[in-house]
Amino acid sequence: MISVTRRYWFPAAHVLRSPALSDAENTALYGKCANPHGHGHNYGLEVSVAGARNSRTGWIVPPETLDALVRERVLERFNHCLLNEDPLFRDLVPSAENIAMVVYRELAAPLAEASGGRLVRVGVIETPRNRFDYEETR
Amino acid sequence: MVRITRAIDFSASLRYRRPELSAAENRRLFGRAAMPHGHNYRLEVTLCGTPDPVSGMVLDLKQLKDLLEREVVARFDHRDLVADTPYFEKEVPTPENFASLLYRLLEAALPSGMLAAIRLYQDPDCFVDVTAPGAGA
Repeated sequence: MISVTRRYWFPAAHVLRSPALSDAENTALYGKCANPHGHGHNYGLEVSVAGARNSRTGWIVPPETLDALVRERVLERFNHCLLNEDPLFRDLVPSAENIAMVVYRELAAPLAEASGGRLVRVGVIETPRNRFDYEETR
Repeated sequence: MVRITRAIDFSASLRYRRPELSAAENRRLFGRAAMPHGHNYRLEVTLCGTPDPVSGMVLDLKQLKDLLEREVVARFDHRDLVADTPYFEKEVPTPENFASLLYRLLEAALPSGMLAAIRLYQDPDCFVDVTAPGAGA
């Protein structure tokens, strides 16, 4: 199998806080990540696309097509914002795990439509020491 | 089964060009990639196998280093992928095509069944994975 991965960056803030829990329980569970005013990361986003190489261009997906899709669907939405305020996270804690899953769902269908490429992985790099990968189970 | 990965770095120049298209058409199709440019490539090569009971190794890393030097660095480092190598007369040197070529070259040079995967970084924010059939992602 062959896949191409492109990595993007967006700084954003989040608060880890579950509405199902009390303030005390949230603090006990998430520690300083539950600070109500939030905190931020330089998020890295890895998008991996598999498929056949176009015989003429040699691309699985034209890089400009992928870049535009990620920019429109994800970066313009999440760049410099408090993720908790995005409707996508209304009922979902914006943990890096959930960010990876949400981005996967935002990109999979439009990517298939725009290029015929298959989204095989979304990786979220929260800090240089933490990464989270979401892959669809086939 | 053990997997071992070794990385090498090399630099090369390239441009994307379909010979049947005019310069203007190539520029339209490939954008700035149609202009002469270069990359610092990093290639990660992953082998899989059972460690030899005597040496404890899947493959002597010195042997792997020499093989990568011969198959990859000697062919591509500080060369132009299109002008100085025979591989991109009919194909455009996208990272997908380049990784696919490197996979074929290494598969032919290594002991049968040993190559599990390669990852070719074109730059820190773009890479291609080629995985052996059945080796998993």
